[in-house]
This record gives sequence, C-alpha cells and structure tokens, in this order.
Amino acid sequence: MPRVGVLALQGDVREHVARLEEIGAEVVRVRHVEQLDGLAGLVLPGGESTAIAHLLTTSGVRSGLDEKIRHGLPVLGTCAGLILLSRHVLGGRDDQWSFGALDVSVRRNGYGRQIASFETVIEVKGIGPVPGVFIRAPKIESWTEEVEVLASHDHGDGDHPVLVRQANVWGCSFHPELTSDARVHRLFVDTL
Amino acid sequence: MSSSHNPSTVGSALVKRGLADMLRGGVIMDVVNPEQAKIAEDAGAVAVMALERVPSDIRRDGGVARMSDPQMIQEIQAMVTIPVMAKARIGHFAEAQILQALDVDYIDESEVLTPADEENHIDKWGFTVPFVCGATNLGEALRRIGEGACLIRSKGEAGTGNVVEAVRHLRTINAQLRRLQSADAAELFALAKDLQAPLALVQEVASTGKLPVPLFCAGGISTPADASLVLQLGAESVFVGSGIFKSEDPVRMARAIVEATTHFDEASVLAKVSTGLGAAMPGAETSTLEVRLAERGW
Repeated sequence: MPRVGVLALQGDVREHVARLEEIGAEVVRVRHVEQLDGLAGLVLPGGESTAIAHLLTTSGVRSGLDEKIRHGLPVLGTCAGLILLSRHVLGGRDDQWSFGALDVSVRRNGYGRQIASFETVIEVKGIGPVPGVFIRAPKIESWTEEVEVLASHDHGDGDHPVLVRQANVWGCSFHPELTSDARVHRLFVDTL
Repeated sequence: MSSSHNPSTVGSALVKRGLADMLRGGVIMDVVNPEQAKIAEDAGAVAVMALERVPSDIRRDGGVARMSDPQMIQEIQAMVTIPVMAKARIGHFAEAQILQALDVDYIDESEVLTPADEENHIDKWGFTVPFVCGATNLGEALRRIGEGACLIRSKGEAGTGNVVEAVRHLRTINAQLRRLQSADAAELFALAKDLQAPLALVQEVASTGKLPVPLFCAGGISTPADASLVLQLGAESVFVGSGIFKSEDPVRMARAIVEATTHFDEASVLAKVSTGLGAAMPGAETSTLEVRLAERGW
C-alpha cells in the first residue's frame, strides 16, 4: 500500500491518520520538509488555515511542499487544507497566502461562523452518499473548467462544489475524516 | 455532476465537538482588545478568547467578574478571521444566550468569572453554540460532558503563571482514566458513584480509554516549555491567558508558544524557540493565594 503523509502542524491530524490506516495506507506525520521525501500522496488536514499557513513557514515545509505539488505530488486538502491549496482566498487576512494549485476561489467561513456549522449527506460521484460535516467551512464560489467537480451541495443559495479535483490536487469543503466512513480517502488513495 | 439538496442539521454533537477537533495542536490566546487579537492571529493562534481583563488582572482587582461587553467582542470578531470564544459565568445561562446571539464560536463557562449559580451549571444541550468547561478531575469532566460540554480543559490556577495546578489536574484525569480501564464491569458502578459521574459516560470512557471530547489544558501556562509539558502529559491544545500579554515581549512569546505546541516533543526545536524571549509573566506561588479559582465549579 502507498506511503501517505498527513501534514501534522495543527488540526485534526489524528482522524486523517485513522481513516488512512483503516484503508491500509502506511501513514507518515509530516512536520519537517525531509519527511515529504518518498511519499505517494499527502493530506492537508482541517484546522485553522492561518495557523497552519504560519507553521508551514516557520517549520520550513512551505517551499519544499510547494515544489512537490508543482511536480505532481497528489494532495488532498480538507477544509483548511482546501483553503491552503486554492488559487484565490476570499474573506481571509490581507496577507493570507496559499499554494494556488487548485483553480478555485474559496471564501473562508463561506457557510458562516460556528453556529451555522452543519452536517448533511453529500452525493459523491462514483461513491454515492457520504456524511458531510461542515465546520466554519470554506465555500467554493468559482472554479475553472480544469476543475472536476466530484460533489456539490445546495445550501439554499444554489449548487456549490464541495469536493473537487484538478489533476493531482484534491480539495474538500467538508470533513470526511470526522466520521468512520473512509470512502473519500479511498477514492484519493486509489489514484496513488 | 452529483449534487446534494439534502436537509442539514446544525448544532449536533458531531458539529460542536468537530470545531474542538479543528483546534487541536493549537494555542488559544486570551485577548482584551482587537490589537491583541491581531497579534494573536499573526502569531498563529487557532482562536482567541475575548475578555475584558486577563485572569491575573481579575485576580488583582477582585470584585465580581462578568461576561465582557458585547461591543468589545464584536470588535474582536471584526478584527480576526479565526474563531472567537468568550466567557460566561458558571450557571449564567442568560449571559450564554447573549453570547450565542453575538455569534461567538465557543462559550467558556468559566471559573475565572464569578459564579452566578452555586449549584447548577448551564444546561448546554439547549445551545447551538458549543461550550468548553474546566475540570480538575475525571468526575468533574464527565459531569460537564453530561451537561453538554463539547470540550474539556484542565482548570489549572488561572492568572498565576504557575503550571503546577494544571499538571495536577491533567495527571489526575489521566490516572482516573487508567483506573477505569483496568476495572471490570461490576466495579464501574462503584467507580461512577465515587466519581459522581454519569454511569453511561463512565462505561464509555472505560472502554475507549479517553474522554468523548477533546482535552485541552488551561491555567498557568507561561512559557514554551510549559506548553510542551502539558502536551506531553496528554493535553491536545493549550489555552494561554495572562502568559502572553503579561510577558515582556508578547509577540515573541506568542509565536514561541505556538511553535512549541506544534513541536512539543522535539527538544531541539523547543530549545531554539525558548531562546531570548525576555521575561515570562511574573508568577505566583499557588499555596499563598487568597482566592483559588479552580475550586469554583463542582
């Protein structure tokens, strides 16, 4: 089975590790740039995107990871991870940076603050219904045609993509890691 | 393309506990104005706790400490993009209702404020916003979870800059968790009685070996080494109250505690971030305190 990293600077790292181990992946927690070597894929977890962005810089992982993504390392970002991978971040800090590897515009907390956080069921192409847990979730407001939409959700204001893929880069607005259903992780890992 | 028009549910236990999961491995900083909130966010805080006075000032000033002015909370919400928490007095469900109406992201039903009810905590199940509560031992933690708390923090002794009480509380909770795991089914009834905790929760943690919600640490953390210590003892994140903005150089201290929390088990990183920080907050010996905040709540 492939060796998959989980960026372990901050956030719900443990849940991603558990889901990946359940489907048989060998998991590496990544806090230093040299731990990126030899990975077949990497998960950017949920957490606070500003904190993870800050820690990517202080830990020295940022530039090495940027290069790996550009050279085709498969990455899956959930929630904060999606924000970090996106081309444009709306509603963020003035100095918020992102890897810009996914041609989408995301709005931070686009589904609202915590009391608007919700769970629902999401229909994912090729999988079927999966639990969708949205926590202060980013909303994908626009995307280019290079981006394949694997699932959308209508939260009262029309369809918005919630699981997308562009070549090696996957982004997810919700938290597939927070439930025991590992099918979204399997979808990603099966491509490695 | 697949699309979902399925109904959605807000305020479920999964959604409320989920935010606590997102804060793991992070630092939640007490701030008293928007400028401090900005410094906290710049330093990599995962959330801020908006309050009018940090615990060491509450301790010094005495009197009744209450929920903060909504205007101050709103100014902080407007300043930062990270979650904003605020404190309600123990048992003061009206303060909690106001904080929920203000759209705060987490409510801390906190012993740092003066309790409003000497017998009852807030019934937290009735709220959409999640609650964090303090605990000094496992029974107290499980009682709060039984009332609907979605995140537990050790109480420590807030405003002292002395980590000894937080260590005591974490070690107590861990020891009691281990005791439950070694108990047989019959013993759990008596242990639930001794802990004064709901039986179903006692049975649950006996089988899982951990609390059903995240366990963070608060109270007295004032250096990167303090953060490392409590994380190595099993805390999953740290709340830092007076420890940052009562230190000599808050910007550096805030950044250092954030890095120490991520790299809590890497001594070489800790050595680097601990270097040249200036003075930590002035500390207090807890045995000489007149008011023990950790004894509030039960």
